[in-house]
Amino acid sequence: MLDIRFPIGLMFSIFGLIITVYGLATIGNDVMYARSLGVNVNLISGIFTLLFGLIMLFFSDPMKKLMKRK
Amino acid sequence: METKFALGGIDYLIMIVYFAFVLGIGWALKKYMKNASAFLEAGRSIPAWVAGLAFISTNLGALEVMGMTGSGLKYGMLTAHFYWIGAIPAMVFLALFMMRFYYGSKARSVPEYLKLRFNEKTRGLNAILFAVMTVLASGISMYALALLLENVLGWNFNVSLFASAAIVLGYTYLGGLSSAIYNEVLQFFIIIIGLLPMAFLVMKDVGGWSGMQASLAPIVESKGFAADAWTTTWKYTGTGAGNPLGVAWYGIFAGLGFVLSFGYWCTNFLIVQRAMAAESMTAARKVPLIGAIPKMFIPFLIIVPGIAALVLLNDPLKGFALPLNDAGQPIYDYTIIMLLKQYLPAGVLGLGVTALLASFMSGMAGNVSAFNTVWTYDIYQSYIRPSTGNKEADDKHYLKVGKMATIVGVLVSIAAAYIASKFGNIMDFLQTIFSMINAPLFAVIFLGMFWKRSTGNAAFTGLLVGFLLALVHHGLTQPEGATTLVKGGWLGVIHTYPVEMAQNFWTAIIAFTVATLLTVVISMLSKRTKTDAELDGLVYSMTKKLDDSGVVWYNRPWFLAVIVGIIMIVLSILFW
Repeated sequence: MLDIRFPIGLMFSIFGLIITVYGLATIGNDVMYARSLGVNVNLISGIFTLLFGLIMLFFSDPMKKLMKRK
Repeated sequence: METKFALGGIDYLIMIVYFAFVLGIGWALKKYMKNASAFLEAGRSIPAWVAGLAFISTNLGALEVMGMTGSGLKYGMLTAHFYWIGAIPAMVFLALFMMRFYYGSKARSVPEYLKLRFNEKTRGLNAILFAVMTVLASGISMYALALLLENVLGWNFNVSLFASAAIVLGYTYLGGLSSAIYNEVLQFFIIIIGLLPMAFLVMKDVGGWSGMQASLAPIVESKGFAADAWTTTWKYTGTGAGNPLGVAWYGIFAGLGFVLSFGYWCTNFLIVQRAMAAESMTAARKVPLIGAIPKMFIPFLIIVPGIAALVLLNDPLKGFALPLNDAGQPIYDYTIIMLLKQYLPAGVLGLGVTALLASFMSGMAGNVSAFNTVWTYDIYQSYIRPSTGNKEADDKHYLKVGKMATIVGVLVSIAAAYIASKFGNIMDFLQTIFSMINAPLFAVIFLGMFWKRSTGNAAFTGLLVGFLLALVHHGLTQPEGATTLVKGGWLGVIHTYPVEMAQNFWTAIIAFTVATLLTVVISMLSKRTKTDAELDGLVYSMTKKLDDSGVVWYNRPWFLAVIVGIIMIVLSILFW
């Protein structure tokens, strides 16, 4: 059966990537981050989401199979 | 108060990616859906951690999340009782003592366990009530979702309703219970990741836990409570009047900690179905315990921000407000929506909104996937078309019926959603009524599992009369200040409760007590219809003890249960 870690990992890696890039692009945008108390919450959140996604991907069955083949 | 969010392109992008994955998972599972068991029971092949996260995710629907944040504002930290004393003991009991009978008896549903242990009519009664209840619940959550999308995102109500129904139907039709479970796990993680930035920012804004305590003191004292009444759980439960929940410690123990929570967690098929889909007996027994660990920490994500919202509401500089209803009362359920709007910029806002959408949809999917199982096995196979003996042909036939039931379940839910939008009170009323089935059901299943003497006729009578008396109690009592008969008193009012919670507790306690007494007395008076041998695997004393010596110590349910218990005790002391 499908290993759920694979779609979870893939989805959160994509989310993390989108939000990190957006966070990087909006560095210094004080107007936008006024509501989040001056914190670039996209950058921080994006990095953690990406990290979570990559960890899930790393431990998923399709990844393990790929590693074995190499 | 303006409730509309200004979503950016990036927020929509996140939403679209999410929907693509949800449907993609259904698509990827499609090829495994070869027979009824794969479709309706996930082929009993789900790993324990996946089923465990789905187990609590089913209960973490959007209505629950929104309601709990609102309750955090209204009742403070006492709301955490719903996650600690009101959930954990029941989950541990289910894991250690009940799961082995649900899983080991080869019953495919809770109603089917009733059939195996008692008789056909007890199953029939439970199956029909359950089927109606799940379709109603799914319709109400569809209605709430469409209303939310209209109010918050400005989408058209009808379009929102049909689009969300189509997505839910898409992935449950393609991948059945496995698809529902997988998506619940996805939903679990997106709720955590989507709401965490909001929880972090609101706590930063009010100065952390200690800053929040200091700001709360004058606000809470002006309401006539002790300064720390909103940040403690047990401290002021010596009397009902001393705490905002209005219930004393014994009421919390008996009503919430015992009758309501055991009724919900140990007998509700919607929940138990997740554990029954596990890959092995040990896995099935571990499922509720694995779910219990994250469950205990959810209050910090959704209740504590609600408490902080009370500080924000009383600080004009923060510019935080709740929308008002027609009567001019704040709508507490919108607390979490307004918090997301207050703190999150485009980007993480998309994640937050997607988290809410996800929990609405998986709530619907959960109901639909429980409905189709009970319909196919407990109603259709029992009363309309029994098995023919040709296993292969039967399997194909019931798979087809299960898939049709999925479509019909979604269609009826849509109809229920429209009824809710026209006659909201009727739906609230029906939901209250059907929620009364759990307490007597727990009494009957508990006696069935642990007392070999209990008989089928006794169980049926206990279940039915317990349910009817709960109705009568609801019809004769009212919470103070009730303006509609939905809240009770439709037979005339003989007693008024100070709060609705107290009325709910007592309805459940009465239903449970009556069902227990009736089942015991009638069992004693009637002859046993099942022999000891027939009760093997169904009743505790008739079943061989489970031997866990072959399982590594850290994988044993008892070990996990001790860990869960310790965490709960530590949390209760920390937030005493």
